[in-house]
Amino acid sequence: MTALVTATDLTRSYEIKQGLFRAPAHLQAVGGVSFTLEAGKTLAVVGESGCGKSTLARLVTLIERPSGGTLTLDGVDAVDPPASAVKTLRRTVQIVFQNPYGSLNPRKRVGAILEEPLIINTKLSKQERRAQALDMMVKVGLRPEQYGRYPHMFSGGQRQRIAIARALMLRPKLLVADEPVSALDMSVQAQVLNLLVDLQRELGLAYLFISHDLAVVRHLAEDVMIMYLGTAVEHGPKERIFARPLHPYTQALLDATPGLGRKRQRIVPKGELPSPLDPPKGCVFSTRCPHVTDLCRTQRPPLRPLDGRLVACHYAERFLDGQAA
Amino acid sequence: MPLLEIENLSVEFPSQSGMVRAVDGVSITLEKGEVLGIVGESGSGKSVGMLALMGLVPYPGRVRADRLSFEGRDLQTLSDRERRALIGKDVAMIFQEPTTSLNPSFTIGYQLNETLHIHEGMDRKAARRRVIELLEQVGIPAPESRLSAYPHQLSGGMNQRVMIAMAIACNPKLLIADEPTTALDVTIQAQILDLLLSLQRDRGMALILITHNMGVVSDTTERVAVMYAGQIMEQRPTQSLFASPQHPYTAALLAARPEASDGGRLATIPGLVPGLHDRPRGCLFSPRCVHATSLTDSVRPALHPWMDGMIRCHYPLGDPTRDERIAADRAGTAVLERGTVS
Repeated sequence: MTALVTATDLTRSYEIKQGLFRAPAHLQAVGGVSFTLEAGKTLAVVGESGCGKSTLARLVTLIERPSGGTLTLDGVDAVDPPASAVKTLRRTVQIVFQNPYGSLNPRKRVGAILEEPLIINTKLSKQERRAQALDMMVKVGLRPEQYGRYPHMFSGGQRQRIAIARALMLRPKLLVADEPVSALDMSVQAQVLNLLVDLQRELGLAYLFISHDLAVVRHLAEDVMIMYLGTAVEHGPKERIFARPLHPYTQALLDATPGLGRKRQRIVPKGELPSPLDPPKGCVFSTRCPHVTDLCRTQRPPLRPLDGRLVACHYAERFLDGQAA
Repeated sequence: MPLLEIENLSVEFPSQSGMVRAVDGVSITLEKGEVLGIVGESGSGKSVGMLALMGLVPYPGRVRADRLSFEGRDLQTLSDRERRALIGKDVAMIFQEPTTSLNPSFTIGYQLNETLHIHEGMDRKAARRRVIELLEQVGIPAPESRLSAYPHQLSGGMNQRVMIAMAIACNPKLLIADEPTTALDVTIQAQILDLLLSLQRDRGMALILITHNMGVVSDTTERVAVMYAGQIMEQRPTQSLFASPQHPYTAALLAARPEASDGGRLATIPGLVPGLHDRPRGCLFSPRCVHATSLTDSVRPALHPWMDGMIRCHYPLGDPTRDERIAADRAGTAVLERGTVS
């Protein structure tokens, strides 16, 4: 079976103007990320703010064009798609954003919000559109009588349901979810997570799930990719990574996430994320890593296979027996 | 004498259709050097309650309490001048958004100086030395060079450290931290929590940690109060609360955490937090509680001692007679009548 999404060496850089007479700086938001995602599966991308996970989401959703690398969606080249395929491509992938208060137009009724994708992309009649919208509302747990209401009349969790419904109106195969539950309260978060799981099972959706919350990721995903400063530092099946993280940054993230039940040695990384305008020359994590050596500072470790996952650390073998970790 | 005593604290805000009760009969006692967590979802009144303690509830809000005392001094009868001398010195607070709670038009050196000047009467030189010392304590590298930095030049984590430095400048006896790490990344969050706890240990400072994150609470606090719709539902030592929650709401919250998942579906709490108009007559949680009966629907339970803490529930989960009583109350008056006849 071929993968639904294949990304190879995706990069995205931005030019930052530094004044009239200085050469613009280049900020590499995503620097060479590769992954595949199959239908019906979930890949979680985890990292702290500024690690490029949202930029990656925007690349996969075709909101932005990658600066380099290739991206194939459902067998079609998504970077330079053939003219005939542009429209279907956009229907293949949809996105749900973090903040349901900002992502819904406050002046439109729920019905209009849900039907807009159909108006743009299909030739359905008014009645058919309405029927599909009502159908989708029931699927995501909204009541049909809420069809004519405005977004402000809904709670955060319900709004996120509307956003999910809107994303699913065109029957996409891939749903990119950019921190879909981090703005929600605890009890509501569980409801939306359950909805996402149900919809995936029912519709065979693939999820690219962007999150900073490892607990949520462990619950939802099959594969996990940990990003730091625009590159993947560890990538593989969830069980492997959570049971025995091999990259010091993954270990630090797991240690720092409260309540995950991992033994608390509390090796909290020192300092903060370095400026992406001036990334470290060697390993991206070398400025904060507790195990750093001269090799790490000068040479960037490649992402290489080890113990059933990919890891980018010179000394990953050390953590295999679990001593140094 | 406890450090802080709050008894039956209520905060109300007038609205077009009556008074909105944000905090409803909250009682908290805190000993010296203790770490208390207050957890709750948004709108549960956890922040407003502490603002009331600080005298920071904005104008139309009305604060009432049977007792609101700090080290035996009644906070309600303090004059504004006395309150200002106390707040910021003995009681300090840090807020969720460090970048917005600092003044953007002044350097952090100036803002830290201000506190020391007002409360400790330090001259410029002494204050400057103390500021550098404080910034060092909260883990800001090269503090001398940061004195002239403006908040926008520092990251969120650094700004939160500045806030903490400001809060501990006068060696407060009580520090209230309102979601201090919610806006920060997880590795930075761990750094800040470690910092707060080490300060608490070294200085014997009491700490109230307000948060919505159960994980943060379980890792850092000794005692937890769980709030719902303005009321404390359960208040117990952290370990036993997490091991065996007694209130159905606490139990449901713990079960809904993705941390608690075994790969299947997450437990959810049906329904929504009650609003202004659908505030139940009985237990505030009854419309969403799976154990609700006619008793919970009509009679609001009082906060009463239970096991090693306090609970506000008719049928605590660890009560051996609860199933029987629930069954009896569900069957309703019919059972009662039959009981009296025979």
